[in-house]
Amino acid sequence: MKILEVENINKYFYDPIRFKVLEDISFSVEKGKLMSMIGKSGSGKSTLLYILSTMDTDYQGKLWIDQELVTGKKNDALAEIRNNKIGFVFQFHYLLQEFSCLKNIMIPALKLGIASKEAIEDKAMKIMEILDIKEQALKPANKLSGGQQQRVAIARALINDPAIIMCDEPTGNLDSKNTAIILDIFKNLTKEMKQTIITVTHDESFALQSDEVIELKDGHLI
Amino acid sequence: MKNINKDIAVTYLITGKRMTLIATIGVLIGMSLYIFMNSMLVGFDRISNDTIFKNSPQIRIFKDDAISQPLYQEEGVQNIIINPKIVPASDAIDNPNEIINLIQKEDFVTTISPQITTTVFYNIGKLQVPGTVTGVNPEQANQMFNIKSNIVEGDFENMNNNINAIALGRGIAKNLSLSIGDNINITSSKGVSRNLKVVAIFKTNNTILDKTKSYINLNAAQQLLLQGNTYITDINVSIKDPEKATIQGQLLSKITGYKAESWLEANESIMAAFKMRRLVITFVSLTILIVAGFGIYNILNMTVSQKINDIAILKAIGFKGKDVISIFLTQALTVGFIGIVGGILLASLFIAILQTVYIGGDIGYFPIGFEVQKFIQGIIIGGLITFLAGYLPAKKAAQVDPISIFRK
Repeated sequence: MKILEVENINKYFYDPIRFKVLEDISFSVEKGKLMSMIGKSGSGKSTLLYILSTMDTDYQGKLWIDQELVTGKKNDALAEIRNNKIGFVFQFHYLLQEFSCLKNIMIPALKLGIASKEAIEDKAMKIMEILDIKEQALKPANKLSGGQQQRVAIARALINDPAIIMCDEPTGNLDSKNTAIILDIFKNLTKEMKQTIITVTHDESFALQSDEVIELKDGHLI
Repeated sequence: MKNINKDIAVTYLITGKRMTLIATIGVLIGMSLYIFMNSMLVGFDRISNDTIFKNSPQIRIFKDDAISQPLYQEEGVQNIIINPKIVPASDAIDNPNEIINLIQKEDFVTTISPQITTTVFYNIGKLQVPGTVTGVNPEQANQMFNIKSNIVEGDFENMNNNINAIALGRGIAKNLSLSIGDNINITSSKGVSRNLKVVAIFKTNNTILDKTKSYINLNAAQQLLLQGNTYITDINVSIKDPEKATIQGQLLSKITGYKAESWLEANESIMAAFKMRRLVITFVSLTILIVAGFGIYNILNMTVSQKINDIAILKAIGFKGKDVISIFLTQALTVGFIGIVGGILLASLFIAILQTVYIGGDIGYFPIGFEVQKFIQGIIIGGLITFLAGYLPAKKAAQVDPISIFRK
């Protein structure tokens, strides 16, 4: 099943001059795959990821997520899609410093507002157990090591059972040991939980171990 | 869904304790000063009006001077009086009883006091001191001007039905060394002399008045001027709402056909000074409140800048623009609410304390009260300013583009 599909994506930057960043990008991702997007910096891979994530709406072409056409939807509707169907992991963890790890993980689910607070808390604890960060649950986010914080961010991405997890350089700020741990987690998620993950990376070893790799060069797929 | 927004807002407020406290204290002080100053203004206005009403009637009906007109007027013929002058007619009001009856029918009128004012000499031996006597009906005049509150010696009651009684200003009594029970001789402009007995001595807040003014009975004044008992020069009227004196004066003028002058017109320069005072206090108190608003605005703006990464990730994980606005607006409104409630309490404390401070003189205790209207006004304006001061940074936060943050 195609969980994400793009067709003829074109995007321009206008500042400082009109410049074509992405040209006729078309591809699709199957459910349960770990896909890496690689390319030199400036190749447009992050730009493409932000379009896939629905945060960037200024492009031509079409984007389907979970069989649903999202191109052309209003900002509020897109926010709901992100809340419901997409989990995010960034190079820097972007946790809310004032909150405990547990609360950070719970926020997207509280925002979704379907399950009760107790149920969400249970679920968050289970995910933390899988990711081996259960002991850190009640610590404030800024008291954790970089690798642990990134795992909290992954847990936050997982809490709403998203259709896709999108990552922008998830290991870019980590040492090789922590990189291995994250890669392990991603492989387990795709194999055992049929989780789809799309990640932008320029870590060769990371890319080699994923199910699919697409490479961008000067805005083209190669 | 609402809860998580509130949850985040409250967490920000608590973790940024110091900034929250400073913003709250700002609103609290601004709010309390606004209410306090405006309540004080109401008190000042009230005491000023009371002082004015002791000396000048709210509406005074009298015969205005008329300029001489040609006796005979015909179209096409231009009559010219080369040097027109005031008509040397009597300044008495014709048929005053009928006019008083007419005025009494208006339901906004509370008190009516007919009056004659005339210049006289106070004589002691060869000494002649010029001054004015006011012929009044003592009971009505007291009701209108609260003369009894100015009496320092004797009793104004003794004026009632005593045609030979006089109430003297303290300055005259002192200059002529008169005390209660002494006799004084006065001579009117018509050359009539009368011996009167001093029954009361009053002191106003105006020393010049105290050196010239005295009260006698209406009938005594009519006799001094060789007039009958229908001779009246002024009819003073008190009304329910003194602020409407000008409009209701015009109405009385239409009814009676005489000039009716309101206290607002008669005391124009004092009124201008009051207006200035009102403007200054309103301006200053509003400024203080607005500065407090800037405090909230500033602190919230700083929070937005500091939390810009949080805002970006919240938007990425599905918070809408209005959720972000609600997070920051909740912070502003919480600060505003606590500040306003605290400000009301502090203002009440100020007012309660000042009410017990004795100033003395005509004023007595400090003229300030719990003016409900000013409290409500303060709450509304304070709430509005807080809302604006919160909404602008919140709007800015809602417009944060998450991509531009993640790209850094």
